[in-house]
Amino acid sequence: MTTTQLVLISLGVLIAVLTVVSVLGLLPSLRIVPDDTHFDFTQFRRISFPISATLSIVAIVLFFTHGLNFGIDFKGGTLMEVRAKSGTADLAQMRTTLGSLGLGEVQLQQFGGPADVLLRVAEQPGGDKAQQEAVDKVRGALGESVEYRRVEVVGPRVSGELLGWGMAGLMLAIVAILIYLWFRFEWQFALGAMIANVHDIVLTIGFMSISQVDFDLTSIAALLTILGYSLNDTVVIYDRIREMLRRYKKMPMPQLLNESINSTLSRSIITHLTVTLALLALLLFGGHAIHSFTAVMMFGVVLVGTYTSIFIAAPILIYLGVGEHREDAKEEAPPAKKNKA
Amino acid sequence: MLYFTRWRALGIILTALIVCLFAVPNFFSEAQVKTWPAWAQRRLVLGLDLQGGSSLQLEVDSSYVKKEKLDQIRDDVRRVLREAKIVYTGLVTKGDAVEVRVKDADLQTTLAKLRELAQPIGGLMGSSGQRDIEVADAGGGLIRLGIPEPAMIERLRKTIEQSIQIVEKRVNELGTVEPIIQRQGNDRILVQVPGLQDPTHLKELLGKTAKMEFRMVDPSVPLDQAQQGGLPPDTEFLPAATPPPAGYVVKKQVLVAGGDLTDAQATFDQRTNEPVVSFKFNTSGARKFAQATQENVGLPFAIILDNKVISAPVIREPITGGQGQISGSFTVQSANDLAILLRAGALPAPLTVVEERTVGPGLGQDSIEKGELAAYVGSIMVVVFMLLTYRLFGVFANIAVCINVAMIFGLLSLLSATLTLPGIAGIVLTVGIAVDSNVLIYERIREELRGGRSPISAIDAGFKRALATILDSNITTFIAAAVLFMIGTGPVRGFAVTLGIGIITTVFTAFTMTRLIVAWWVQWKRPKTVPI
Repeated sequence: MTTTQLVLISLGVLIAVLTVVSVLGLLPSLRIVPDDTHFDFTQFRRISFPISATLSIVAIVLFFTHGLNFGIDFKGGTLMEVRAKSGTADLAQMRTTLGSLGLGEVQLQQFGGPADVLLRVAEQPGGDKAQQEAVDKVRGALGESVEYRRVEVVGPRVSGELLGWGMAGLMLAIVAILIYLWFRFEWQFALGAMIANVHDIVLTIGFMSISQVDFDLTSIAALLTILGYSLNDTVVIYDRIREMLRRYKKMPMPQLLNESINSTLSRSIITHLTVTLALLALLLFGGHAIHSFTAVMMFGVVLVGTYTSIFIAAPILIYLGVGEHREDAKEEAPPAKKNKA
Repeated sequence: MLYFTRWRALGIILTALIVCLFAVPNFFSEAQVKTWPAWAQRRLVLGLDLQGGSSLQLEVDSSYVKKEKLDQIRDDVRRVLREAKIVYTGLVTKGDAVEVRVKDADLQTTLAKLRELAQPIGGLMGSSGQRDIEVADAGGGLIRLGIPEPAMIERLRKTIEQSIQIVEKRVNELGTVEPIIQRQGNDRILVQVPGLQDPTHLKELLGKTAKMEFRMVDPSVPLDQAQQGGLPPDTEFLPAATPPPAGYVVKKQVLVAGGDLTDAQATFDQRTNEPVVSFKFNTSGARKFAQATQENVGLPFAIILDNKVISAPVIREPITGGQGQISGSFTVQSANDLAILLRAGALPAPLTVVEERTVGPGLGQDSIEKGELAAYVGSIMVVVFMLLTYRLFGVFANIAVCINVAMIFGLLSLLSATLTLPGIAGIVLTVGIAVDSNVLIYERIREELRGGRSPISAIDAGFKRALATILDSNITTFIAAAVLFMIGTGPVRGFAVTLGIGIITTVFTAFTMTRLIVAWWVQWKRPKTVPI
């Protein structure tokens, strides 16, 4: 029996025991967030907004100076994952062999075990045929000494299209979600969600720029998922705000927002914990093929997404004039300003 | 919220059960499932990134297609004008059009004659009313014949259709299991071959147009003179496939073309024991070949493939049987390939590989194992967490999540969807998210309890309020998944599919299963307090 099986079986036993104990009602009640939490989240907007603005600018600057590490999906070229049959890959020797092929720079990178090498050949000038010739050359040079675990060749035309499609998809998703929110809520909510949205995407792109993970089709998938879940979270809070607006006609906006955030806080934290657990499992055990995908998602969904819904998406409604049309809105404005001091 | 009629409860359970049952074929071997009725055979398909295999995207050379059509127009114009005895000058292909100059007096008749060349797009059944050649008077006696955009698209479409048939034949000759060959966009073909580790050979086979021609060699012109360009008008110089000699001067007239071949096999020459390709002509091909060989005994003829001379044997005697063999320093492999190409026929236009993705079986197996492990660990951690947080209601949530996952697999099998590694990630993520609907409901119940409601009223209000939120929040994620499905290909699309289906089943279980379980518990226990 392998260790993995042992771990899985013991976890299974744990579940069985916990289930029985739960059904019998023997477990103590667990409150991750105390019932009477009344944290003043909206006041933090005076800190969170400047921080977010600064971070966003940093991310944008990074994007233009540092750039993204475009993978072959968008840049074209060849990516190969090979495993040396001898058990250990001789990177230096491979480098000389491949360097003499006249294919420009061939990037070699060890990853996973000592035998595994990731090999990148930049896009060759001369169109699609030239890429194919490059792969044949590399295959010829490495011959039978390695196992070809993965070979990906993307020609210049396809890479251009993929990038175009990816970007168009991202825009389409944002617009479609906005229209939906506009129908379901008032326009201020849709606008607030969009600002939060763009903020998430900008920060995640900044993260990708710093970490230099491959930016490829899976990254677009990760961005879209982040978008979906960050909004999911925002919508839950907005739903509550809308409900509170209907119920408490006279409550000042900052207080109303605080109440809404506080009452959904427990849910936000528990859900993010479960998502984190799922992502953590993928990150630790899912293998390198989806490693950058989950890393980006972890950053976007867990770190940025939660922060955004609580500290950006909700408080920004104050500035967008939500609740101002209520009869007593004007009287509420002064106390909100007092908090500044 | 907590009351279900007996029929409704039964309906919900049956729906969930039937969807889950569709996942069953995945637990049996393919051979076992084959004996089941057809509707029960649907199962998950592993993506190429999990089972290993090669995916190629081929592009038809659209400029070649255009050039062919323009050449044809040019030849037609020459023929028509000669038949009508109209004097013309400067018949050339220029850019995207064919140009010809006639005297002003002949202009109108010429225009009328040339317009007759244009055919309705899509043949006689075409309803667009558009024609495949645009004849324009460019002034000064100059006539320009162009190909309108719709005609070009139609031509490309036909070319792709024919190419797909040829590609199918060639791929099938490799004896691979269930290759997928489909059209992609306007000018691309997607070829996916599961289990193929090294697509080099496949690419070689698909990269050849395989235009076969039999033509006479003109031995009267010395080779060095030919290479300098001093050729008689009806001949051309073609390089040899395996020099020396560097090439041959051959007549432009084609005796028999590859389309007249009915069969080709790789065999061994009985005398030399070298690999050769033997072929058979159809009736008309056999007749043409017999006549040509009768007239040219003692002269060499050339066997030409893709404008390269494979061999140029001398005709010793008339070949009337409609059979022959090609020898040309073949290896067993190259003789086999040539036979395959000849049997499958020529591509209407050259194909270029624009994208290639190959995953070896080792990596695929690794990915499956890692994906499975991550899925188990992720799910178990979430399940344990829910038990610790919500105790009895955690048990309810976990039951709902199990049903949820089973339904995801059921729906994926029903759609014969492709499971990819990102797809597995999508399922793990769904487990993390699926409990969110329970969290929303339970947190709301806790809140209502704090607000001083009685247990049953709190549970009822909790469901009522939370379900609206669940719907709203899941629709946004679903929109993202839908967009991803539209733009994504391969593995990414697999992620979009599992994510989208996961959202549907999540909303379904939240609205039905979770409620039903809690409702039963309330009916059974009539609780004074809620252990949540």
